[in-house]
Amino acid sequence: MVIQTEPAPLLSVRNLRKYFPITGGILPRARAFVKAVDGVSFDLHRGETLGLVGESGCGKSTTGKAILRLIEATEGEIYFDGTDVRAMGSSALRRLRRRAQVIFQDPFASLNPRMTVGQMLDEVLKVHKLAGDRSGRRQRIRELLDTVGLLVESEDRYPHEFSGGQRQRIGIARALSVEPDFIVCDEPVSALDVSVQAQVINLLSDLQERLGLTYLFIAHDLAVVEHVSDRVAVMYLGRIVETAPVRSLYTEPKHPYTRALLSAVPRPEPRRDHRHGRIVLEGDVPSPVSPPSGCPFHPRCWHPLKDDACSRVTPPLESVGENHAAACIKLSRDVELPPKTG
Amino acid sequence: MIAFVLRRVLASIPLVLGIATIVFFLLSLAPGDAASLFVSPNITPEVLEQMRRNMGLDQPVHVRYFRWMSAMLRGDFGISFSRNQPVADIIVQILPNTLILSFCAFLLAFTAGILVGVLQAVRQNRLTDSSLSVVGLFFYSMPSFWLALMLILIFSLGARNLWGWPIWFPASGMTSVEYPFMSPVEQLRDRVAHLVLPSVSLALVLAAGIARYMRGSMLEVIRQDYIRTARSKGLSELSVIFKHALRNGLIPVITLFGLYLPFLFSGTVLIETVFAWPGMGRLVVDAIFQRDYPVVMAGTFIFAIMVVVGNLVADVLYALVDPRIRYD
Repeated sequence: MVIQTEPAPLLSVRNLRKYFPITGGILPRARAFVKAVDGVSFDLHRGETLGLVGESGCGKSTTGKAILRLIEATEGEIYFDGTDVRAMGSSALRRLRRRAQVIFQDPFASLNPRMTVGQMLDEVLKVHKLAGDRSGRRQRIRELLDTVGLLVESEDRYPHEFSGGQRQRIGIARALSVEPDFIVCDEPVSALDVSVQAQVINLLSDLQERLGLTYLFIAHDLAVVEHVSDRVAVMYLGRIVETAPVRSLYTEPKHPYTRALLSAVPRPEPRRDHRHGRIVLEGDVPSPVSPPSGCPFHPRCWHPLKDDACSRVTPPLESVGENHAAACIKLSRDVELPPKTG
Repeated sequence: MIAFVLRRVLASIPLVLGIATIVFFLLSLAPGDAASLFVSPNITPEVLEQMRRNMGLDQPVHVRYFRWMSAMLRGDFGISFSRNQPVADIIVQILPNTLILSFCAFLLAFTAGILVGVLQAVRQNRLTDSSLSVVGLFFYSMPSFWLALMLILIFSLGARNLWGWPIWFPASGMTSVEYPFMSPVEQLRDRVAHLVLPSVSLALVLAAGIARYMRGSMLEVIRQDYIRTARSKGLSELSVIFKHALRNGLIPVITLFGLYLPFLFSGTVLIETVFAWPGMGRLVVDAIFQRDYPVVMAGTFIFAIMVVVGNLVADVLYALVDPRIRYD
């Protein structure tokens, strides 16, 4: 995949925020807010894959769902092909669903157990008035099943009759059925066996090449993200802390958090790669209800230059190289960072 | 599936016979018998003794049991002591009345209960939800005979005499006195009007329970990923709720269907009494007071069959509703 530098991005997200209220007490009202997504901005160009990584609970899935209006964002702007997604009415939203689709993480939970594969695909085609009459739809369903590598006989079967990998293929077929431009892949392989993961990822890559799809690929598996992405954004506590083309992010990570994450990737030959010191972070991810002041990462940061300023200043995402941005106030003074070994 | 149903029916035969046996012996332990109803100074002990002999009550319990059982297995339920009519004839006459009432109450209860439950789940923790919960709990806690009396007070007595409402429903019986002189259309309307209050008072209590179950099960389903999938397909909210969520949410409610079915055949006693409805419940209760053994036994037998059938129907419905369930 080559990064196409088109003038207008397909998807443009600015300052996206999603706060979930915590209610309690006798009269239900918001006592506090979980700041799941706290000011996320990025652009996504046609045919590109943006990998969104981070620990569980950092807001990556919430970002994906908010973009598709599967949940309502609290604040911010989402433009899909120049149209304001947050301002869409129900008919505009239905048109969006034709162009922007989603593949969910858990293929066991995301398929209605009461519908056959044929019924669920047929339903999509009917709602969007695609593929014409009954026989046209039937033809299209067979095509779709063939595209994702399932037998056409699968049409009359129920989800429980399939394995995890096959179910995820059904999910992909469902997403493809509307011929979308853009698919949010919300951890599409993390519920699958490793051997099956590769098949599904290759299928997704093939489809992207053939159909010119644009992916927002959400995952916590760095190896998978490295394989599929053109660009990667790293999230921590509801914010993007670093974003870069995949090559430079993996070879020259800038942000202390990204470095720690990458150092945690298991290597096939740890002895030979001994130069990659393992950075072990102390403590847990702080609660998104009351995130730390300043840089959200500062309580766990291992950076030798960490000081008071880190807990006061919220670092903006600043350019640190070509197409490469990171949110850390200590990066401008580039010092040799001796990674802790352990 | 057919093999499963057949197996279940066969397995329930000893169950039903066992129930009938237990009830028979329990009843024989109760003091007094049918002849004692006729005890009066004008009747000599010899006559009473003759009556007992005629009804076969002079025989020891086990002899009576085997006589009764062998007759019943041949389809002969005996002759009612108090009505002097074959029991089978009485039941054929009475059972349809109960079935009409139960069926209407059932239909009302499940329709209302399911709709209210769905509405509550969709509006979870909002005003609609909380107020419907309070109303539901009220009806659930009230004894049905009290509700029946209140309904009579408001819609029958009050409507006609006190406030002169346009909505008025008859409070007793299945038909009006002038029923035989009505045209067929009026006859139908008359029957429906008589059904309203009894079936509503039966259904309200049931509906409140069903709504509770439905709400819980819908809340669980609505959170599932496949509901999000349905939304992402671009379906309207209505079809997400009714096509995707409701079908899955109904599965636990089917259990209730099986549980309530027999209840409706036996639990109508109070309502039938309040509304003077000539049904099975009243028949059996009257028969118990009169020690009319053949009628009590036949009634119990039918109730037992209803329990078994209710559970069987629920099991079959499970398989129809949930493709993951297979009976082989």
